[in-house]
Amino acid sequence: MIAEAGLAALWLAAALAALQLALAFGLGGHQGRSIGTIRAVALGQGLLTLFAFGALIELFLRSDMSVALVAENSHSQKPWLYKFAGAWGNHEGSMLLWVTVLALAGAVVALFERRLDAKTLGASMGAQAALALGFFAFLLLASNPFERLDPAPLDGRGLNPLLQDPGLAFHPPTLYLGYVGLSVAFSLAVGGLIRGNVGPAIARAMRPWVLAAWILLTLGITAGSYWAYYELGWGGWWFWDPVENASLMPWLAATALLHSVNVLAARGGLRAWTMMLALIAFSMSMIGTFLVRSGILTSVHAFAVDPLRGTFILALLALYIGAALALFGLRIAHVKEGAPFEIVSREGGLVANNLLLSVILGTVFVGTLYPLIAEAVSGEKLSVGPPYFDSVASPLALALAGLMLIVPQLKWRRDAKPILPRLAPGLLAALAILLASILLAPSIGLLPRLGLVIGGALVPASLMPLVGRSLRRAPLTIWGMVLAHLGVAVAILGTASDSAFTQERLAVARPGDRVEVGPWLIEFRDVLPIAGPNWTALEAELRASRGSGVAVMRPQSRFFSEPPTITNEAAIHTGWNGQLYAVLGEEAGEGRWQLRLWWKPFVTLIWLGGLLIALGGTLALIGRLFRGRFSISFGKRGYA
Amino acid sequence: MTLRPKHQRLVLITLAAAALIGAVLLAMWGLRDRAAYFATPSDIGAGKVVPDKAMRLGGMVVKGSLKRDPDGLTIHFIVSDTKATTPVVYRGITPNLFREGSGVVAEGRLDPSGSFFADTILAKHDERYMPPQMAAQAGSQ
Repeated sequence: MIAEAGLAALWLAAALAALQLALAFGLGGHQGRSIGTIRAVALGQGLLTLFAFGALIELFLRSDMSVALVAENSHSQKPWLYKFAGAWGNHEGSMLLWVTVLALAGAVVALFERRLDAKTLGASMGAQAALALGFFAFLLLASNPFERLDPAPLDGRGLNPLLQDPGLAFHPPTLYLGYVGLSVAFSLAVGGLIRGNVGPAIARAMRPWVLAAWILLTLGITAGSYWAYYELGWGGWWFWDPVENASLMPWLAATALLHSVNVLAARGGLRAWTMMLALIAFSMSMIGTFLVRSGILTSVHAFAVDPLRGTFILALLALYIGAALALFGLRIAHVKEGAPFEIVSREGGLVANNLLLSVILGTVFVGTLYPLIAEAVSGEKLSVGPPYFDSVASPLALALAGLMLIVPQLKWRRDAKPILPRLAPGLLAALAILLASILLAPSIGLLPRLGLVIGGALVPASLMPLVGRSLRRAPLTIWGMVLAHLGVAVAILGTASDSAFTQERLAVARPGDRVEVGPWLIEFRDVLPIAGPNWTALEAELRASRGSGVAVMRPQSRFFSEPPTITNEAAIHTGWNGQLYAVLGEEAGEGRWQLRLWWKPFVTLIWLGGLLIALGGTLALIGRLFRGRFSISFGKRGYA
Repeated sequence: MTLRPKHQRLVLITLAAAALIGAVLLAMWGLRDRAAYFATPSDIGAGKVVPDKAMRLGGMVVKGSLKRDPDGLTIHFIVSDTKATTPVVYRGITPNLFREGSGVVAEGRLDPSGSFFADTILAKHDERYMPPQMAAQAGSQ
């Protein structure tokens, strides 16, 4: 019954989405009179979809094997958390999650957006309903999560053991919230373009959504990178896998949008450009979903190896992106000119920021999709790997970081005063680090050295906007910007340190042998069999020491029976200045075992930087959402 | 100088177009020799692969070809795409599903002698996984 109720709720929600679309564009929506009805319909749609998603989770928790999706992806012996998370660890469930977030986002906009005029809001709600309708159709016609299986099997097939990880259980929902949060920016841009109302009001309505989506994408990417780092056991943390790129591309677009939407909200500039970015950002989210869900680019996340679904999503993408770009082309002439500014100004710098981000986005996009397009055109199979992305994207990212040294110190509209004194702290730090790095580490590569220099210079430079302000009265939005930029600096330092100073050691060892890597001396004690809830493992005991104190590390080889798979669980010891990373290999004969060890100085800064960026975004979001209500405590003027 | 609004939009559109063209040119420059990034033993046999350049080699591990050196770390095996074969040398820990008779993708460099020296053997995450290039081959056989 639960499955049938869930399915019925989905059909009802789809019907409400159709009604919402009709109300917005057909039945009196032009006068903005139906906005009250639209609000109620959007709320109903959101709640019904949420009910359907809850029903699916309940089916997974009960291990109801008469539902095909549960039987194929779950197992009654699985730990509780993975039954729960298993609901979205598969194609149909993840699409249902996507639609749930989309419908709920629509409901939240409908209920709480009161600043925008009724006509524009109505058109935006229509756009949101059109998006939801397409994905409801995809779910109901091509990916029904509630399909029954007759006869029901005795037990299920289990969840891919690589995905049985607490971090990964919440990774997809975080990314999805981010992807789909951008749908609101998309819908608002469409509404604004249709009603000819592109200005600061739209930007202010858009801004919290962009900020929230961007925070979640940042967190999702940071967590996904750390997951790949400790779970795959290769010592790397970013592999330019299509799935990683699928989350990076919306993030790049959202980062650009985040900066330009501020220019529009505060200064009335960059109108058409901001609308374009809003359309592109969610288009990238949809393309990301398409890449991951279609199975066209095969990788660990591609569960849906089903051409019908791929074609369906491709058609949806072409429809939405094509329609949005056509609308943009038709309505661009009705968008008013933005407020003028000089080239050397905050606006000018943010234009440069946006252009660089767009170029990075373009190169990642081409590199990710080139194999697909080349195959479609010439039938040639090829793959674009890390060398392409590293050589193209890294210099651009460093140039972008260089821009961050300068632009936050510039004034809005025109900057007549000499700039050099404001840049001095960053430039002096850059010079000092350059000299120190040449003296202390003469042999590191050019890009890591540049990373150390620019990342290091960015630490004092990112704090500059606080100079001359009362720290207690500085607006939260300023604190947010400072922390986020500081996070970028920290992440760049971590990346550069990892690529410049990592030491690796490959060895075979017998119990009692000692292996050195970096400053560490590691004693290989023993290998013993152990058992977990749904796996068995061979576990090595290592004792790592440097100077005083001993750290015990236990890397494992795990054997899962449902489905039969082996995974390597790396052991990681985190010190204040880096991580020691150990992987246990195979038995190498004569009682010897393969060991792979890395000493990675300051590698943790990479993810610490990601967290700082997200924290900065959160402060800015709090500052935005509550500024109206607590204007006294947060000061009057923000970075805006 | 402050640009007049009309001019400002023109300048911004020009800049955006320049950025777009720049991105495409940069990407094409980056891709100019990456088209050969993935190669099969047949490509190597046909002389399409430049030695000592980072690339990926894909194929099936020939049954009975896997040999382990006494150092416990170095392995030798032969990769085949049914038409040609390439010997591969790898020093390190192999991924869990690496075995004779199954598909493999190795990252590394081709030695002028004709052997492929792998730095990384790409892990396959489950038995059904195949790199797209291999799946097409398996399907056509």
